[in-house]
Formats: sequence, C-alpha cells, structure tokens
Amino acid sequence: MSQAVLEPEAAAGRGMDLLRFATAGSVDDGKSTLIGRLLYDTKTIFEDQLEAVESASASRGDEYTNLALLTDGLRAEREQGITIDVAYRYFATPRRKFIIADTPGHIQYTRNMVTGASTADLALILVDARKGLVEQSRRHAFLTTLLRVPHLVLCVNKMDLVDWDKEVYDRIADEFTSFAAKLDAPDLTIIPISALNGDNIASRSDKSPWYEGPSLLHHLEHVHIASDRNLVDVRFPVQYVIRPQSTTVTDYRGYAGQVASGILKPGDEVLALPSGLTSKIASIDTADGPVEEAFPPMSVTVRLTDEIDISRGDMICRPNNAPAVAQDIEAMICWMDESAPLRVGGKYTIKHTTRTARTVVRGVQYRLDVNTLHRDESAGELALNEIGRIKLRTTVPLLADEYRRNRTTGGFILIDEGTNRTVGAGMIIEAR
Amino acid sequence: MSQTKPYRVSHLDALEAESIFIMREVMAEFERPALLFSGGKDSIVMLRLAEKAFAPGRIPFPVMHVDTGHNFPEVLEYRDRRVATLGLNLVIASVQEAIDTGLVRELPDGTRNRIQTPVLLAAQEKYRFDALFGGARRDEEKARAKERMFSFRDEFGQWDPKNQRPELWSLYNGRHHPGESIRVFPLSNWTELDVWHYIAKEQIPLPSIYYAHDREVVERNGMFYAVNEFIRLRDGETSEVRRVRYRTVGDASQTAAVLSEADTVEKVIDEVAATRITERGATRGDDRVSEAAMEDRKREGYF
Repeated sequence: MSQAVLEPEAAAGRGMDLLRFATAGSVDDGKSTLIGRLLYDTKTIFEDQLEAVESASASRGDEYTNLALLTDGLRAEREQGITIDVAYRYFATPRRKFIIADTPGHIQYTRNMVTGASTADLALILVDARKGLVEQSRRHAFLTTLLRVPHLVLCVNKMDLVDWDKEVYDRIADEFTSFAAKLDAPDLTIIPISALNGDNIASRSDKSPWYEGPSLLHHLEHVHIASDRNLVDVRFPVQYVIRPQSTTVTDYRGYAGQVASGILKPGDEVLALPSGLTSKIASIDTADGPVEEAFPPMSVTVRLTDEIDISRGDMICRPNNAPAVAQDIEAMICWMDESAPLRVGGKYTIKHTTRTARTVVRGVQYRLDVNTLHRDESAGELALNEIGRIKLRTTVPLLADEYRRNRTTGGFILIDEGTNRTVGAGMIIEAR
Repeated sequence: MSQTKPYRVSHLDALEAESIFIMREVMAEFERPALLFSGGKDSIVMLRLAEKAFAPGRIPFPVMHVDTGHNFPEVLEYRDRRVATLGLNLVIASVQEAIDTGLVRELPDGTRNRIQTPVLLAAQEKYRFDALFGGARRDEEKARAKERMFSFRDEFGQWDPKNQRPELWSLYNGRHHPGESIRVFPLSNWTELDVWHYIAKEQIPLPSIYYAHDREVVERNGMFYAVNEFIRLRDGETSEVRRVRYRTVGDASQTAAVLSEADTVEKVIDEVAATRITERGATRGDDRVSEAAMEDRKREGYF
C-alpha cells in the first residue's frame, strides 16, 4: 500500500493504544458539560450535531446551548432532563483513543455505574466545588475501588464559581484523599477544573497558577496503563473449538479464545482444567498466521501437541499456577434486578468466563451501606442497587481467581432463570 | 529477550480482538445466527472479522441481505462476488416482494428504509434466526450510543431502551425464550475512522461507490443525490455531474453522496479525519425526520 502522509488525527488511527474510562458525578455536577467539553476540545463534535443541539436547546427554551443534549440521546432522557442509562462515547487524540462509559449519577442507577466501571481502566469522579464531597462522591469512589478500576481522577468542577479559591480546592482534595485511603483506592489524581469554561481540560489554565498538576486531557493521554494488565498468571478460557469440516483443512483442532491474563508461547507446558491433563502448546494461530506470543487482550487459537478433551468453558493455564477449581464461592455482589431481591435459597444461572452453570445462594453475610460502608449482618436479602457479600454453591466447578487479582477470571454475572435478565454482578473474594 | 517489552496492542488490534471474541461467543451460544450483510463498509468489515474468528474454518453462518430494491448496482455486484468468494449462504429478504404480497405498503414518498423492518422480522421468523449480527456503531447516532453489544429483542423484534440488560466485563447474556432474539453489534466500539483504518490495514476491497467518481447528481436540501430510477428530478431541479463518493450505503432513494476527490483509501482516511459533518448527517435523509428518528425505528425492530 502506498505511503500517504497523514494528518495527525488520521495518523492517530494506527499504533495508538486504547483507554476506557467511566465517568461519575451527581446530578448537576456538570458531567454532561465536561463530556461535551472533552468532545468539543478534541474536535469530536460535528457541525450537524452541534446544530441539532442548538436548535433543540432553542426549542426547549434553554438560555444557552445545552451540551447535555449531545449525550442524552433517548426521548425519556430529554423529557426528564436526566441521563438514565450508560452511554458509550468515543474520542481520540494523536496519542490515544478513548472510550467513555458515561454513567448516570443517581443512586437508583448504581448498577449502571458498576456496569461502566467493570471494563474501565480509569474512573473520573466529578464534584461541585461549592458543595464539596457529597454522599455520592464517596459512593462513586467506593464503587470504583470495589470494581478495581486501576486509576481514579477526582475533578473538582465549577472552580470559577468559587473564584478559583485554592483553599476550597485543598479542603476537598484533603477530604477525598483521606477517604480514598480507607478504601485502598488505586492511583489517585485530583484536578481543579471549570468544565463550562474549559479551564484545565485540554490545557493548563492561568486561572489556577497554584495548581501544578496536568490538565485533564494530558493526564488521560499519559496515565500509564500498560502495567495494569496481569501478565503473570496464564489464563486462557476456551471459548470455541475450531474443527473445520473441510477437504482442504484436515485434522485441525484449535481452541479459540481471548487471553484473560499471562503470556502464552509455543512450547509452553500447559494444564487444562477441569480435566487436569497436561500438554504443550504446539502453536498459537491467528487468521494472519501463527504468532510467537499471545497476551491480553488478544483473541487467538491455541493448538496443543496432544489430543486431550477440551471444550468450551474449560481453561488453559500453567501447571504450577492454576486458578481454584471450586464450587463454593464467596463474593461481593451488586444486585441489579428491580422485580425481585436476591434471597438465600434463590437459584440462578451463573456465567463466569466462558463457563455457564447453575447456582444457589447459600447465604447473605452482610449488606453494605455504600455511603457509610457500614455492614448490616442481619440483612437476609439484597434489593435493587444494593451491594453485599454472599455465599454461592455452583452445580459444576468454576475455574476462578480472586477478583482483586484478576478481573476477568474473578468476575461473574447471575441470570434469572425465568426472565433471562442479568440480575447480579459478582466479584469473587474466595473460591474453594 | 528484552526486559522492557511492552506487550501492548494498538487500539485497532484491541477492537479487532473484542469483535472476534463476540462473534465466537455468539457461535458458541446460539442455535441459528446470521449476519446482516448489505454490501456496506461496516458489514464488509464484519465479514472480514468473521473470517478471522473462525479461520482456518469457513464462516459458520449465513448472511442475510434485506434488499430494499433501491440498490446501487455496484453494491449488489460486490455482494454477490463476496458471497461467492467466501462460499457463503446468502438469504435475501426482499422488500419489493413484501410489497407485492401485501406484507408492507409502499410509503407515499417512495422511500423504503422504514418498511425494511417488517421484512427483516418476517425473514428472521421464517429462517428462525435467533441472533443477527449488525454492523451498527455507537458513534453513528445518539440512540445507538445507548445500545448494548448483545441487544435483546422481544418476539416482535422491538428494542426497549429503558429495559436493557446490563453488560459487565465481557460477560454477554444471550439467553432468550423462543421467538425472542438478540441483535449483536461487534462493531459497537468502532468509529467511522476506525473502520476506514481497518479497511486500509487489511486491504479490504469495497464497492466502487465508496471512492470518488463522477456521477450525475441533484442537490436537494444541501445534499447530493445520484440521479437514477429512484431519484428523479423535480420541477425546477437540474442535475449536474460532480465528483462524489458515498460515506454510507443504504436505500438509494435516501442516501446522498458527498463531494470528494478521495479516490484511494488513504485519501478517504484524510477526508474522514478532517470532516466536520457526521456520516449520517451528511448522507442520510431518513435521520433528519426527527430528533429521535433512529430511536423510534429501533423500537420497531430496525437494527
């Protein structure tokens, strides 16, 4: 292919890496404005979108162009003026490509925050400088740490409305830092901003000479995420067995899947679970040819030197580094079903990596108050948006790790067997 | 070996790996999946991803074209060639046939985008497809920004935006009762620019209408429509030959071209990177109907 000279935006399409982040904030903290500002400053908003938002704002009688209309896409959201569901948005700079999981801040949407945080590399929490930390800021910080999002950014917004008062900022920053310390919070960055005016968003603002940190966009572009991945524990959940029935390809048997963690190489000794049989990696195939190594998040096909029985739901790992093969699971769970609570004795379908089984709730150890972190040990059930620690027993063993060590092999969902709805998001604490 | 090996993948490789994972999940968990194939660039990219997901085996599901009858001939030709090369089974759901048999009625304005939906649903029912891959992307439109990778549809094919299943980690819930189905969108996280970069990287051939060519067009509401059997000149309109290309391929009566000199994939990438108008805003008459036109169509079962 010819070597064209590409503009920075265009050249940015190759070789960049990907950062997924979730945003959280209470109502009216300016989250939609901030997202609108990020999209605007990275030239992601197009003229026709802006025109549509301008005319919609005018017809609603808004006094200014309401950037929230850019992100609130559903009829019901525009009618109610709130965000009711996770939306995904995209922008890129020459360094990085970003996926935003834009999650609503209302307490009744805790499940959406959990959903957005489950895949996030970074969480961005917004507070209003005039109000300081509120219950929801603490809740969002807690959910971020529960979901093990590796990086956390607190944006102290509306600094223009407190005259860029350093003391206001310091007070909020100190309070949040000491709260985050209790949570075992990950890497924390705090930035004073005005989303409305664009201060400290795309570049450092001269309104805050006392602030020496990066602008928000600079931080998002440079935060180091490469070492967040687990490259130590080889975990390859088998997704699909490829056995072409064809006259041109004969005797091919490959195990297709996405590497959850660790690095696989041809020649490596491997252990297949739950069978416990060992073999060696003969080759790691892709449609573009064999590769010398596979690591997260590559989707590949592994062939072994021995014919052993492996099927979907099985796991390939290393002989001296294997997950638990366990039917008794202790986990934190966020309950997501509005029609019925999680109850002791309740039976559900559990989906964990590529393995699906049935499970019964053996106990609710406690319900956690997500605002105070108080544990209520008398709780017998969990209602919508409640979080607690439970015990499960599964019909077949799960090949499981602790969630804090591995987000892929430590996370699971529960599905209601009657309605087929996804009703719970679980994070494994202990499996045996 | 180097100690500082980064073990990183580019964003395009990450998107590809995610899409392949999703296609394999569907194949593993559904009885009768099919891929919606229009001959447009997004569905062409999906076919490439499907090839990769199941190599060295063949693509293990049929493709379905919901044929509005309002086609660009270059696109139909491409469709048939591609299907033959890959040895795929092609199912055609014909809107014209549905009009002839009375399943749907032609709209007064003659456009067929909206009446595709019942035709799609009837074909899905006839062939008992329980999962349909679609090439929709969340960056296309604000209702689509809310769409799940696995989008649950009831027995009428309807999407209920307020009643979607949460999607956590890469654990997709495809459970459904008979008659219900799942629409699957492996390209959800891709943008228009990603699609073009991927087409360049993989050297995927496209129908010629995606590249700049001279065509007789008429300017209508600021958009350039090809003059053909579906778009006829109205009183007072004149046609002209302009250098154009298409950013999307849809119902030929509603899909407009953009003025362009980009006759190679690299030039298209430059233009797409520099454009200030969205793909749909520039080329789709149907999305201009109302602020929630896409949401309303999706509720009825559009993909």
